[in-house]
Amino acid sequence: MTAVHPPEGTAPAGAARTAPPSARAARQKVGRTVADLHRVLVLAGGLSPEHEVSVRSGLRVAESLRRLDVEVQTADVDAALLGRLAADPPQAVFPVLHGAPGEDGVIREVLEISGVPYVGARPDACRAAFSKPIAKSLVAAEGVPVPRGVTLPKAAFRDLGARELVDRIAAALGLPLFVKPDQGGSAFGAAPAATAEELSNALVSSFAYGDTAMVEERIDGTEIAVGVVDTGDGPVALPPVEIVPDGGVYDYSARYTAGRTEFFAPARLDGAAVGAAMDAALTAHRALGLRDLSRTDMIVEPSGRVVFLEANVAPGMTETSLFPMALQAAGMDFGITCRELAHRALLRG
Amino acid sequence: MTTDPRETTGRPAPQGSRIDPYVDSYAARAQGMVASEVRALFAVASRPEVVSLAGGMPNVSALPLEEMGDIVRRVTTEQGATALQYGSAQGDPALRERICEVMALEGIDASAEDVIVTVGSQQALDLVTRVFIDPGDVVLAEAPTYVTAINTFAAFQADIQHVAMDEEGVLPEALEERLTALAAAGRRAKFFYTVPNFQNPAGVTLTAGRRRRVLEICRRHGLLVLEDNPYGLLRYEGEAERALRADAPDNVIYLGSFSKTLSPGFRIGWALAPSAVRAKLVLAAESAMLSHSTFNQLVVGRYLAEHPWREQIKEFNEMYRERRDAMLASLEAMMPPGTSWTRPEGGFFVWVTLPEGLDAKAMLPRAVGERVAYVPGTGFFASDEGHRNMRLSFCYPTPAQIREGVRRLVGVIENEAALRDTFGTTPAPPAPGGDAPTPDLP
Repeated sequence: MTAVHPPEGTAPAGAARTAPPSARAARQKVGRTVADLHRVLVLAGGLSPEHEVSVRSGLRVAESLRRLDVEVQTADVDAALLGRLAADPPQAVFPVLHGAPGEDGVIREVLEISGVPYVGARPDACRAAFSKPIAKSLVAAEGVPVPRGVTLPKAAFRDLGARELVDRIAAALGLPLFVKPDQGGSAFGAAPAATAEELSNALVSSFAYGDTAMVEERIDGTEIAVGVVDTGDGPVALPPVEIVPDGGVYDYSARYTAGRTEFFAPARLDGAAVGAAMDAALTAHRALGLRDLSRTDMIVEPSGRVVFLEANVAPGMTETSLFPMALQAAGMDFGITCRELAHRALLRG
Repeated sequence: MTTDPRETTGRPAPQGSRIDPYVDSYAARAQGMVASEVRALFAVASRPEVVSLAGGMPNVSALPLEEMGDIVRRVTTEQGATALQYGSAQGDPALRERICEVMALEGIDASAEDVIVTVGSQQALDLVTRVFIDPGDVVLAEAPTYVTAINTFAAFQADIQHVAMDEEGVLPEALEERLTALAAAGRRAKFFYTVPNFQNPAGVTLTAGRRRRVLEICRRHGLLVLEDNPYGLLRYEGEAERALRADAPDNVIYLGSFSKTLSPGFRIGWALAPSAVRAKLVLAAESAMLSHSTFNQLVVGRYLAEHPWREQIKEFNEMYRERRDAMLASLEAMMPPGTSWTRPEGGFFVWVTLPEGLDAKAMLPRAVGERVAYVPGTGFFASDEGHRNMRLSFCYPTPAQIREGVRRLVGVIENEAALRDTFGTTPAPPAPGGDAPTPDLP
């Protein structure tokens, strides 16, 4: 396993630092000297199934920066990108690509070797976060609860016999279960399974999106997402956003059709649970070596136990997305935050 | 220690938000309008790295742009006062005469008075449905049928019932059976919707004998026929069939379009209807748009008057025939045993049936991952059918791209078959939302 770079500008391990909302908002009003931030390139689109979501996220980030008089261009990841970076290098790149190659480290490797500053986690941190099972083990090592699960490639089912293996998994983990591709977002290929037959179906659906599937015990509780953002004083956990989809599963339709899901920002949790959730998100952000921003998805059991599901290095920024909602709940302006992140990238060089 | 925002601000517990403030206001017909995974995959399919065998866009690269520009200039300078003003809801009279000349090629004898020019034949479909269909009314359609017709019928809350089809078109016995069953249940269908030439999506053509029988059955049951014919002139082999309308002027509403024979960009289509129906369509068109683009109508009218448009269609047909041949040859050479497909004599589409146990919709993400796209068959049924089918378009990609696309597709099918062997055949549950993009849109 590759070593994980420590995130820059972070507080000593163990100390979660968050300023009260009013102080953060006040500092945003005064602002830093971001006047030297002229030209930002927003990367959006990509070739993953999340292409359309990424395009909309990118539009929103670009528009919010333009309103603050930052000159923004948008580009997709294609054969023209390298030439463009060489001929007309931006001051900073804001990658808003979801899925591969945006969140798996590939594009960031390219940006590193092109010498272009960019917002967000570095390549090896991306690789750690993008692989759900690897992310889980890194976060579990820091004491955060994770669901029990197994990760297997489709070849294992072919070579060892699918029926027996499916039955063995159901026996070992118990039902109900939840299946998802080991990489990727927006719930593509993800499905619950209440029986062994459903588990078989869910695995086939998952293998349509990737060669490896992760099967986990299904956790009952309140589904939440906690954003983390670092605009210079170390990572700050945002108020948790609670997700209540119609029909009970936060699938693609529930995520991107306005009206199909009800959100509570901040979440309807007691103080202890909120604190635990925000701590867990910060722990995940650090354990995975993330930088600038992230969104961690979790479930809070009725007992108050917070269970980590996954962390995302380029969270969605659409009008139905969780990260912008969390910023708003914290009293932070979306555009100003984006600009500060781009500025930080520029200062890093 | 982290801070609970409520302890700091003293705010009361938060209200939920559904983001959309109008979520409780939408009409029942809007309930199905949701974001879908399949549409998201089609957004990726428009990337140049993906060989898309999905889109039904005509290849307009062969159009004479210089001449077109000249016509546009002359319409503006010579007829500007008319061209840039409102017209009538029924459409420009000279264009309607030209449309009758075009329809005469398919045996139709019509008066320009019974033609209404529409914004693409899609709008004609919409207007006919608007004028005839109340919620719950039965519409009969072929199995499969054109996806956007399904969407239109569904928008007016029709009860869409499919009638079986084979390589010669709809099965007359199946149509008769359905009508008899409906009558026995005290119900009647409002019309039978057919795309009889090189059907979108199945590629098949209703043979002459079947056309006679279908018309006879419909006449006997008093059933209106809605004949949608955008591809009739795009024939690459064999003899043209007479339009259904040619032999039953009082029982058939005929829909035509210049989208494939000229260009979709002008949005010029039409409906030819019995005069009482046509009168209602004109009133409906008025409230939908006041009048069509006078400018576009005059440009298309001039083009038809001044240019050898039949030659242009021949040129298109040469180009499309080459692509069709590349598609059929590639399928023949590469598709695994257990697959079958239709052999269209014209038009844009081939309908593929996968081996037992495979699901084209479930397979689509894997295909897009391997950089090839198609439209899953489920999009072409109002019911949950078509899982084993794919519609492949050959109108847009080059022959080399078609070969490469089929090669990639075969790899995906073989992998999918292996996956199904591993797990046993398992049906996928229907997912919400649309299963196809509007195929004609890029």
